[in-house]
Amino acid sequence: MVKKKTRKHAQLAEIWRRYRKNKTAVVGLVILMFILFIVIFADLIVPYSKCIEQVGAERLQPPSLQHFFGTDEYGRDLFARVIHGARYSLFIGVATSLMALVIGAILGASAGYFGGIVDNVICRIMDVFMCVPPILLSLAVVAALGSNLRNLIIAITISCIPGNVRLIRSVVLTVAEQDYVEAAKSYGTNNARIIFRYVLPNAVGPIIVNTTMAISDMILSAAGLSFIGMGIQPPSPEWGALLSSAQTFIFSSPYLLIFPGIFIVLTSLSFNLVGDGLTDALDPKLKD
Amino acid sequence: MAKYTIKRLLYMIPVLFGVAFLVFTILSLTPGDPGTIILGITAKPEDIAALNAEFGYDQPFLIRFFNYIGDIIFHFDLGTSYQSRQPVIEDIIARFPNTLKLTIFSMSLSAILGISLGILSAVRQYSKLDHICVVTALIFASIPGFWLGLMLLLIFALKLRVLPSYGAGTLRHFILPTLTVSMTSAAGLLRLTRSAMLETVRQEYIRTAKAKGASEKRVIWKHALRNALLPVITTLGTSFGASLGGAIIAETVFAMPGMGTLITTAIRQKDIPVVMGSTLFLATLFSLIILIVDLLYAFIDPRIKAKYQSGGKSRG
Repeated sequence: MVKKKTRKHAQLAEIWRRYRKNKTAVVGLVILMFILFIVIFADLIVPYSKCIEQVGAERLQPPSLQHFFGTDEYGRDLFARVIHGARYSLFIGVATSLMALVIGAILGASAGYFGGIVDNVICRIMDVFMCVPPILLSLAVVAALGSNLRNLIIAITISCIPGNVRLIRSVVLTVAEQDYVEAAKSYGTNNARIIFRYVLPNAVGPIIVNTTMAISDMILSAAGLSFIGMGIQPPSPEWGALLSSAQTFIFSSPYLLIFPGIFIVLTSLSFNLVGDGLTDALDPKLKD
Repeated sequence: MAKYTIKRLLYMIPVLFGVAFLVFTILSLTPGDPGTIILGITAKPEDIAALNAEFGYDQPFLIRFFNYIGDIIFHFDLGTSYQSRQPVIEDIIARFPNTLKLTIFSMSLSAILGISLGILSAVRQYSKLDHICVVTALIFASIPGFWLGLMLLLIFALKLRVLPSYGAGTLRHFILPTLTVSMTSAAGLLRLTRSAMLETVRQEYIRTAKAKGASEKRVIWKHALRNALLPVITTLGTSFGASLGGAIIAETVFAMPGMGTLITTAIRQKDIPVVMGSTLFLATLFSLIILIVDLLYAFIDPRIKAKYQSGGKSRG
């Protein structure tokens, strides 16, 4: 047990050593820490009441020392709204990616491991899903269920599943051929145990990288849908929704568009940079 | 090869049928019936029932689905709008050209930028140029298309006043939306082309070509590039889908009358037939593009061609 633990530590240390060498990846990690700090300590940075407090006399104020990012058309403090909006974006990004990962892992691993008719049925259904561009699938879900946070999460998760199933299936196909899986089978280990104990852990590298990058995509999709009014609705300080209502004031108050946008880009960029760094750190063979 | 083509074409039939079923099922989850949606809850029950009968809503789910499919196949009828009471296909014919133009412009620009910069980046790996390309691509991949559109709008249409900010009348109207949509997919294509090129350069046959004394230029343009572009071609289908998705959102930014604004307006008005018809129309188009790309790929790649000529499996 002790031996196993130290080996794992050594492995992590090795990954971290390789990760550290990549300067852009470290920058990504720093940005990500910064965003996480905002998400965790949002209430200490600026109280939530500032997000909803409407000051009639301070409508559409440009950035100043009182209001770092200015105020919106109702006199609400944009800085407070952007800071608290981080929670929405990050929550949606992480929740949808993880849900899509779990569903994708179950379907993809079953397809790859069992093969035959299971594989056939799952792949044919995914073929159908792949034929609908993701945004249209999301829009159809929102059209049917209505636009709110829960439905937005369902809509984006569904559009992300087929890609995950394909990825995990192909990774599992490669791993399932290895000798140690063959050995486990000959011992009579049951299928679920083989999949979760031997196959998936060995497929973890590509899956971690893919999920990290997916979070970035999901954040962008969520913001896009909210922007066209098909996601989270305006009173909530979600970044896409902030931009949606700010669009009207693009000429008079462009700062309303600039600040939330910069935060979306930073968050999405940090996940992309970290994902990119992990690709090299987790699997040195893949390094260009 | 003919066998493979026919097999793929025949496989399209169940797939398209599945797509129709998927879209129909999702949109049938919408609460409320057409009668209530059009006339409101205060209307007389018999009026609501009459209207439901007119839209065939009094039938069970599966019957409605098969009627819908039948109408599409035999009458090219995608249903009737709740709002305008006009055939949905008319809305699509009016709006689709703008979306198609924007998608094609964006795909072309992103292919030119992404593939050429990707090759350049790979050929000069670890150079300053390579580094700039890779970092810029990562940044553009992280910018939401619609926000880039808003910034372009702010700079070129509102501050500099050199380009129109909304509408779709002339080609000039398409400049900003095209830039908006193409940057994200150009970034993706650049990364992909670069890694495909680097992958190819490490292959045995490239070493052989070099060992035979072929010049660096010849090795890159003649041997490496042709093979590196194969994986890039497979993603052109997906990239069409991404451009289409980008176009749908960009239309909102630039108030362009296209499929995106058609669908979002229809969703707001609970005009489900319009949403269903438009979604199905675009999904069918997308499936056909994927099919064409797959066939094209099989024709171009001699390895795959050989595999199917000897009677291998159709999909793997």
